[in-house]
Amino acid sequence: MSDHHHKETFITKYIFSQDHKMIAKQYLITGMFMGVIGVFMSMLFRLQLAYPDQSFSIIEAFLGKGGEGGVMTPDMYYGLVTIHGTIMVFFVLTAGLSGTFSNLLIPLQIGARDMASGFLNMISYWLFFISSLIMFLSIFVHTGMASAGWTVYPPLSALPQAMSGSGLGMTLWLVSMAIFIASSLLGSLNYIVTVLNLRTKGMKMTRLPLTIWAFFVTAIIGVVSFPVLLAAALLLMFDRSFGTSFYLSDIFIQGEVLHYKGGSPILFEHLFWFLGHPEVYIILLPALGITSEVISTNSRKPIFGYRAMIASILAIAFLSTIVWGHHMFVTGMNPFLGSVFTFTTLLIAIPSAVKAFNYITTLWKGNLQLNPAMLFSIGMVSTFITGGLTGLILGDSALDINVHDTMFVVAHFHLVMGISALFGMFAGVYHWFPKMYGRMMNKDMGYLHFWITAISAYGVFFPMHFLGLAGLPRRYYSNTAFPIFDDLLHINKVMTAFAIIGGVAQLIFLANFFFSIKKGKKAVQNPWKGNTLEWTTPIEHMHGNWPGEIPEVHRWAYDYSKVDDNGDLWGGKDFTPQIVPIRDGEEEF
Amino acid sequence: MKALFYILIFVVIATAFWQFFKILGLTKKDQVATPKENNINGWLMLGLGLFIYGLMLYSMFQGGIVLLPKLSASAEGEHIDRLFIMTMTLIFVVQFITQFLIYFFTFKYRGIEGRKAKFYADSHKLEVWWTATPTVVLSLLIIYGLWTWNNVQDLSNAENPLIIELYAKQFRWEARYAGDDNQLGVGNVRNIKGINTMGVDMTDKNSADDIPASELHLPKGRKVIFKFRSQDVLHSAYMPHFRAQINCVPGMVTSFGFTPTVTTEEMRVYEDTAVKFAAINELRKENGKDPVEFDYLLLCNKICGNSHYNMQMKIVVEEEADFNAWLKQQKTLAQIIN
Repeated sequence: MSDHHHKETFITKYIFSQDHKMIAKQYLITGMFMGVIGVFMSMLFRLQLAYPDQSFSIIEAFLGKGGEGGVMTPDMYYGLVTIHGTIMVFFVLTAGLSGTFSNLLIPLQIGARDMASGFLNMISYWLFFISSLIMFLSIFVHTGMASAGWTVYPPLSALPQAMSGSGLGMTLWLVSMAIFIASSLLGSLNYIVTVLNLRTKGMKMTRLPLTIWAFFVTAIIGVVSFPVLLAAALLLMFDRSFGTSFYLSDIFIQGEVLHYKGGSPILFEHLFWFLGHPEVYIILLPALGITSEVISTNSRKPIFGYRAMIASILAIAFLSTIVWGHHMFVTGMNPFLGSVFTFTTLLIAIPSAVKAFNYITTLWKGNLQLNPAMLFSIGMVSTFITGGLTGLILGDSALDINVHDTMFVVAHFHLVMGISALFGMFAGVYHWFPKMYGRMMNKDMGYLHFWITAISAYGVFFPMHFLGLAGLPRRYYSNTAFPIFDDLLHINKVMTAFAIIGGVAQLIFLANFFFSIKKGKKAVQNPWKGNTLEWTTPIEHMHGNWPGEIPEVHRWAYDYSKVDDNGDLWGGKDFTPQIVPIRDGEEEF
Repeated sequence: MKALFYILIFVVIATAFWQFFKILGLTKKDQVATPKENNINGWLMLGLGLFIYGLMLYSMFQGGIVLLPKLSASAEGEHIDRLFIMTMTLIFVVQFITQFLIYFFTFKYRGIEGRKAKFYADSHKLEVWWTATPTVVLSLLIIYGLWTWNNVQDLSNAENPLIIELYAKQFRWEARYAGDDNQLGVGNVRNIKGINTMGVDMTDKNSADDIPASELHLPKGRKVIFKFRSQDVLHSAYMPHFRAQINCVPGMVTSFGFTPTVTTEEMRVYEDTAVKFAAINELRKENGKDPVEFDYLLLCNKICGNSHYNMQMKIVVEEEADFNAWLKQQKTLAQIIN
């Protein structure tokens, strides 16, 4: 690259930056801002679930008309759960996670000066910013934010007569998502092209760190599935605004028959979940990639079964695109189709199990450095298993009948993709903060953050399974209309207490993050004694990443604690960076 | 304004945290993790593992009484329950073992200065083992699951089933029995007019003897096949005690069937239900509410608008003779509309 000596102005350096490291930080900060809103919303509606008729001044203070007298209205409740889901799934765990770490790590870990197209990368971020802004503003519209659930199934989401949130709020939701998808596609294409074309000398695909494999495959899944959601959203806009009948048919509402004829809401469900299920892996794979890297580095051991890990990622990616029907077992689909989806869905458990076993084996006989990033990674493996196992129930069509759309589902996906991905993201932030800002985060605050978060996460979502098994549907504003659920209230109170403690604990993280940017201890070049290329770049960021030549790669990323024939550590150190040539008598793994 | 005040409080708390921990960390050396940190957090991780075990056991034994009755109220539900218990047992076993390994290894191999980690990067044999084991176990689960699924979904070989339509609208359920001919007249929202709230086509010869009802009565021991329609948005008919659920889709008729096996009266005296309702009534008494009795319920389980959380219908299961007597008292559509 010839242009890395250009003079930078404030605007080109901090705002319209084309440098992947700056764009990564922009993604992270925007994602964190959205995350604060999403988590705060969940704390408010948890209050409603535990204390359905009590008045809270905090609810009135933040929700205004929707929380008059300190008790939120049903419309407000549904709005909060909808936007909470949308924000957490797309804005925090898709853009915030992939956007941050793919941007930061792909060029640094494969040995590239920048992304294939810095300009597209910048556009990608700014589209994400605009879509975040629209989603944020949609919370405040007069008729209420979108409130048909984050899956926005028509006809509820298509007809303003059906629910007041389906008016302007829903329009803004769709516009925001359409822009979001454009942003995501530009990002993903960039990641794919960069990984394929810009690897440094010696960086074979089979020497890539697992983080890069995860980001690479995630980007491919995104390119395959996000356009389908765009199509679904566009058709929904047509139905809402131009009177078409893609999803609507035979509707009588508020005393009149609507003209729609011949459409089917099931079509929307198919299109939505064709993205919606791969989306789970778009969220999860990057977190698993980060976890692989952090666990290996801090166990001072190679990741166990590197090739099996890659094979699992590929198998999961392939299977993830042919299982969407398991979200629709009770739509009245042909039972044979249900059988097919049960089969493909349960198959995913195999590569997932392989990954879990490999993580556990990586811990075995290691010399575990339990810093906050490592704790979050181990926590992630734990929640991934806890949440993943109940997938055996939900993926089995016969069993799904009785727990479909109950709190059991909510517990399952929060653990397996929500908490797991969030833990992966925290691990990434703690691990790569020195690379992003040249300073260290406060470790004690990191520990406190982990301990409160981990206990709260289990405290909220483990009992939630039992609410679902007791037959409690999700998306109920309150359970008081059914005496049969009266005995669940005290469980809800316990969960809410954990949710609020866990939510407030995120302040520790925020304080740690923002103060450490300016006041943290100065970082050394390779603080975690890692092998990957990003730790060979200078601490101070520079355009182009390496001052001289890009280093050449001679080995895979996981030569930790490698010993020679005499049982002594190679070079006397327990790590051998990728840039070190293979020594005499050493066999490449 | 008050919101700003709350935000300000949050910021102050966050700042205080930072200052406190900064002072605490001043004397620390930079290291990946100090031996002391490794030791403390290793022990704590063991504690977290125990906490998860504790939650699991507590939920299983204490949380058990809030669950649905173990007795399925339908014949088909028994298959589902058997598969469920099998799957749940497997889940608990795997969960116990894997969580133990995670937290025990974290504790046992917590970093010590000078210890060499074992360079152990691959084992073909292990990989084969833990690919093959889940494959075999899952194959069994899949086969049993599909067998159950097809059993539950198959409505073709029911002898003389009772046909009932369940009609969903914001935020109410209506039922329609097929009457003497056991055939439902067709319906469409375009026929909705005045008293004909379900839009039944009265020119259809099957319509006249259909019987609308606002309470769902089912006979014990006879297969019931439900036809579902929706008037406005998606709804989902969820009858947890019968292990039954299916969506109601505007513009489409969906169906589901089961054979009720336990009458409402029998379920009221069943041990699980009695214990659960004793606890519920205890709580209601504390809150000054009237005691309640067990009833089967039909709930809406797909978000359908702002009163979604209160869209329900009572179900009564009774002996076939009682059911027939009840049905005879109800008016047919022809009697109501004409």
